[in-house]
Amino acid sequence: MVTYILQRLGLALVTIWAISVVSFVIIQLPPGDFVDTYITNLASSGSAVGAAEAQALREQYGLDKPIWVQYAKWISQISRGDFGMSMEWGRPVLEVIGDRLWMTIVISLAAILITWGIALPIGIYSAVRQYSIADYIFTFVGFVGLAVPNFLLALIIMYFGFKLFDLNIGGLFSAEYQLAAWSWGKAWDMAKHLPLPATILALAGTAQLIRIMRANLLDELRRPYVTTARARGLAEWRVIMKYPVRAALNPFASTIGYLLPFVVSGSIVVSLVLSLPTVGPLLLRSLIAQDMFLAGSIVLLLGILTVIGTFISDLILMWIDPRIRAGMHG
Amino acid sequence: MAEPILSVRGLETFFRADEGTVRAVDGASFDLHPGQTLGIVGESGCGKSVTARSILRIVERPGRVEGGEVLLRRADGSVVDVVKLPADGREIREIRGGDVGYVFQEPMSSLSSYHTIGNQLVEAVRLHSSATKAEARARAIELLRMVGIPRPEQRVDSYSFELSGGLRQRVMIALALAAEPRVLIADEPTTALDVTTQAQILDLIRRIQRERNLAVILITHDMGVIAEMADTVAVMYLGKVVETGPVDAIFHAPRHPYTQSLLRSIPSVLAEPLSRLATISGSIPHPFARPPGCPFHPRCDRHIRGTCEAGAPPVVELAPGHEARCFLYADQAGGAR
Repeated sequence: MVTYILQRLGLALVTIWAISVVSFVIIQLPPGDFVDTYITNLASSGSAVGAAEAQALREQYGLDKPIWVQYAKWISQISRGDFGMSMEWGRPVLEVIGDRLWMTIVISLAAILITWGIALPIGIYSAVRQYSIADYIFTFVGFVGLAVPNFLLALIIMYFGFKLFDLNIGGLFSAEYQLAAWSWGKAWDMAKHLPLPATILALAGTAQLIRIMRANLLDELRRPYVTTARARGLAEWRVIMKYPVRAALNPFASTIGYLLPFVVSGSIVVSLVLSLPTVGPLLLRSLIAQDMFLAGSIVLLLGILTVIGTFISDLILMWIDPRIRAGMHG
Repeated sequence: MAEPILSVRGLETFFRADEGTVRAVDGASFDLHPGQTLGIVGESGCGKSVTARSILRIVERPGRVEGGEVLLRRADGSVVDVVKLPADGREIREIRGGDVGYVFQEPMSSLSSYHTIGNQLVEAVRLHSSATKAEARARAIELLRMVGIPRPEQRVDSYSFELSGGLRQRVMIALALAAEPRVLIADEPTTALDVTTQAQILDLIRRIQRERNLAVILITHDMGVIAEMADTVAVMYLGKVVETGPVDAIFHAPRHPYTQSLLRSIPSVLAEPLSRLATISGSIPHPFARPPGCPFHPRCDRHIRGTCEAGAPPVVELAPGHEARCFLYADQAGGAR
């Protein structure tokens, strides 16, 4: 078992390294660099940048060196915990990302929990009462949910929230806490703001998850072990909850790792609409500005979180699936 | 003979689909006595398993028990008609496992791979008794020992996929016996096993039956298993019991043409070398297109034209306890029903 965990850990490190290379390369791919964009932006506002100044900027950021030198410099800095300077903001990358990473994690986790809380019971109900009226209604609502873009939903909810309840649901904080330092008051303020945006983000995955849970469970309900449990005299709902639901939940453990990046990348537009202080909008902006250290760091951090998530889901699978544990002995 | 413990009368279980109704069990009747083994035999798809599942009301949707009676004499002597009980009510759940144990055909997939076999055994024990966890675990180990599983103290914590097919079927039997039922239904218990293991499992069932005076319903398509195990036999064809009788009568003096053909189609070591094995001509009709009259008449070699396709054949008592559902014996129908 220890060998298995160490093996997984080693693989995780290799994967993180590969992600760092790929994210660096991808960020370099678009033609031009930050200085080009910077010059264009300044030119459009009327001021010009001289060739000497541009050269000085490039040297300052090391953009005149070959790409592998740039990568080596970047990665060695990162291994020392220094993610470099954001070119656009003129501040260290870590400072720019700051709380946004934690906000993202908190809001994503909340969204995931809400998704599961809504989708799993409905999926179970839909499968057990297949072709009932409620199943058809959930299926219909689910397909509508799949088809409606999330940002549209966010806009609609914002509109009605404002119109009917005089509620401004944008952002995660009230005005007075926006720039304040962390305190219990600020945390409570955030907790009050969290449910609505988290729910809107959650609704994206809900419809899909209902379909997956329903299909998984329908498969399992036909298995002989369900009839065996019934023939033992177990009550119907206990049969279903203990055996097929247990088996149908198993695949979800393996998707935990992908949930975080899925929520982050899927929620950029929603985060913009709701002006949430998450990394999504920051990533979008840094990519447009070709702020490579910032963008690279965000992509790398998301990659690392994914790898950690996958590692965690491996551990969970090992814990809940006896067949995997058995495979490790023999 | 003494009162039967289980008496099935005119049982009807239908599967209603958009394409039509499949009459999977179409008026099956038989009796089961304590300490006896009833063999139910027939080709695949003739309704053997559905009959057995109907007794416990565990037929898969869209199947439904729609008529007839399943009279079960319970431990306290009262007789209950299982068909009339609510499908997920308390009494039917007491009967499942408590009065009637069920061994399924597929030992590979009939156990949960997410729970230890001990977990499932303890559950079965505690459902039908007030045993504490520790008592139930001790009982589970004892059950595993009884069905001949080596090192039961360790095996109780293993998962079904860690056991061989034969051991799994032993676990299934232990599970069916966990609440000390008085009736055991074994639904093709040896079909998925190799021949040596088959013999061991059959021996095990026979030993336990003797020890506990169990009434056993053994479902199989294997006439050899029937000859070895059964006291009485019910031959099924398309949801109907076409012949019932003591095992000797069925093997030595089969009366229904279907039983006769079934017996002819058993390979024999005494047969002439290179001779062809007799088969039953034709195949089982499509479930939505049952032939009118006697359902066997299109494949029957003693088909009486104008009679067999016209109406349902009578049940004729040929000897005490030996009945056939056939027009050939209609003139002897002194005791016909």
